Amino acid sequence: MALRKRSEKMALAVFCIALFSAAIVPNQAGGQATSLSPSHLIQPEELVKVLAATKGEKPLLLQVGSYVLYAQAHIPGSEYVGLVTNEVGMQQLHRQVDSLPRRKFIVLFCGCCPWSHCPNVKPADDALRGMGFTNVKVLYLANNFGADWVDKGYPVARGQ
Amino acid sequence: MAILLVAGFFYIAAHRHGGTGGGTALQLHSAAPDFSLPELNGQPLQLSDYRGKVVLLDFWATWCDPCREETPHLVELQNKYRDQGLQIIGVSMDDTPEPVRDFYRHFQMNYPVVLGNARIGELYGGVLGLPIAFVISREGRIFTKHIGATDISVLERDVRTLL
Repeated sequence: MALRKRSEKMALAVFCIALFSAAIVPNQAGGQATSLSPSHLIQPEELVKVLAATKGEKPLLLQVGSYVLYAQAHIPGSEYVGLVTNEVGMQQLHRQVDSLPRRKFIVLFCGCCPWSHCPNVKPADDALRGMGFTNVKVLYLANNFGADWVDKGYPVARGQ
Repeated sequence: MAILLVAGFFYIAAHRHGGTGGGTALQLHSAAPDFSLPELNGQPLQLSDYRGKVVLLDFWATWCDPCREETPHLVELQNKYRDQGLQIIGVSMDDTPEPVRDFYRHFQMNYPVVLGNARIGELYGGVLGLPIAFVISREGRIFTKHIGATDISVLERDVRTLL
C-alpha cells in the first residue's frame, strides 16, 4: 500500500513536471533559440562592456538575420551574414570564418523577433560549432534588436 | 510542490503569448509617410492611393514565426471588412522576393504585398523587429502602432474604430 502511494505520488510529480516543461519549452517550430544553452549566450550589457574595453579580445560580430534589418541598424563593426538556413547565408558565413583560428571569439546576433521565436541564431550557432569554433556566443535579445539594443542607447551603425 | 508546479503551469500558459495584446500600442496621429514600392508582380504600389480607406500596414517576413501565425488572421480580417473600406498592405522585409511569392501562394493572401527595404523601415521609425503593424485612418494618419505579435482582436478593435 505504501509502495503504491509512493508510486502514485511520483507519477503525479512527473506529470506535473512534464506539464510545467511543456509550458516553458516553446513550440520547436518557433523556439529554436530557446534551446541554446545559457553558456552560449551573452547579455547586451555584457557585450557593450566587452566592446568598450581597452583590453581583451574583441569579438567578430556577425548578424545572421535579414539584410533589411541590418541596413537600418546594426552593431558597429559587425558583418552581415544573413540567414544560414539558406545556401547564400551559409556561403557567406564560411567566407567570414573559414580562415579564422577555431578559438576566435565570435558573437552572433539577430533580433528579428522575440527570442522565443527567432529561427536564425541557433542554426548559425550550430553551424559554427560544427566547423570547430569553440568560443562562440549568441547575443540574447529578448524582444528584438530595436527594443533590446537601439532603444537602450547602445552603439549603433546604419547602412552597409 | 506538485500544486505549485501545476499553478506555475497555468500562470505561464496564460501569459506565454503576452496575454491579450503582446505588442506596444502607440497612437501617433501623425501623417503616415507616403511611399511607392513594388508589389510581387512588379507593379508599384503608392500608399496615398488608398486615402479614404482604413489601412493596416503590416511589416513582416517569411521566416518570422509570429508573422506566419498572424497571416491567416489578417486574411480573415481583410475578407471581413473589405467592403467597409479596410485595406491591408503587407510590407515584406525579406531579402529576396522568391520566398515571399511562395508564402503568398501558400497562405492564399488576399491583400497586396510589397517588397520593403531599409528606407521604408526608417520612414516608419525603424522596423527593427517583426512583426510591426500600423493602423492608418482614412485621412492617412497613424492611429496605432503595434510592435511584436499582437492579438488579432486588438487589431480588429482598432480597425472597427476607424471604419
